[in-house]
Amino acid sequence: MELAAAAALGKYIGAGLACMGMGGSAMGVGNVAGNFLAGALRNPSAAAGQTATLFIGIAFAEALGIFSFLVALLLMFAV
Amino acid sequence: MASEAQSEGLVFHPMDQFIVKPLFGGDAVGMVTITNVTLWMALTVLAVTAMFVLGTRGRAIVPTRAQSIAELGYGFVHKMVEDVAGKDALKFFPYIMTLFLFIVFSNFLGLIPSAFTTTSHIAVTAVMAMAVFITVTVVGFVKNGAGFLGLFWVSSAPLALRPVLAVIEVISYFVRPVSHSIRLAGNMMAGHAVIKVFAAFAPLILMSGIGVLVTPLSILAIVAMYGLEVLVSFIQAYVFTILTCVYLKDALHPHH
Repeated sequence: MELAAAAALGKYIGAGLACMGMGGSAMGVGNVAGNFLAGALRNPSAAAGQTATLFIGIAFAEALGIFSFLVALLLMFAV
Repeated sequence: MASEAQSEGLVFHPMDQFIVKPLFGGDAVGMVTITNVTLWMALTVLAVTAMFVLGTRGRAIVPTRAQSIAELGYGFVHKMVEDVAGKDALKFFPYIMTLFLFIVFSNFLGLIPSAFTTTSHIAVTAVMAMAVFITVTVVGFVKNGAGFLGLFWVSSAPLALRPVLAVIEVISYFVRPVSHSIRLAGNMMAGHAVIKVFAAFAPLILMSGIGVLVTPLSILAIVAMYGLEVLVSFIQAYVFTILTCVYLKDALHPHH
């Protein structure tokens, strides 16, 4: 197989592998949101004050999924 | 790409929407060329001005619609800064409000079909994140002097662990602008690229029989992703702003 075709093959396989990282990020976001929900149903009056923390936690967990999506996009279109 | 030569129907370029093009002809994008990015940033500033400056011009006691929205936005960011960063951070409120409004309006304007999302470029978000990082570090040193380094010295940990934790804290402090910028740029680029990919599947009904099944599903997917993008646009602006407030709080009160 010549080099260009091998490079394209590696690129596409790499992009597909990079997308697996988003599964972990989805689990993380669900974890944060689920724990917030469990706590909020136990103590609803304290929940309103913690929505900011909820969003910060979700953003941190989601950011890593976005990083892996970024790697996939870079491999597909920018390499 | 190799796929263009071999496939015969479905060739699409979802990342073409992010290309920076000069507005008035030509191909070269130099340092001071007017590009589509310039146009959309100008439109963002105009939209912010229209809503906040022109909307509140009447200063009615019973607010009009635009004034009401402007007051809600102001109160929202003001409360965020005061709650997260403390009362002495309120002198940074104009800067944080500017960041929030620019990102929110820029994200929402990018949702207009065939518009350009300026915050989807790492160039734009990296400058904003670097500005936040430099501001926060300078403020930290000016206000606390060498005591600012107490941010990295975790006094609630056992003494033997503190040097290791200090190294980890320093590294994570310097990673802050990286994650701050990539979070916003990645979210915007990802959302718009996914919408474009579904849009590429939408005209399949014109090309082959399977299109009768694929086209309605892809149009539904575009609608769903668009709704998610509206939500994400606002949430990402909120997250950028609240993280700026958190970093500012760390700079103003660096004691663990």
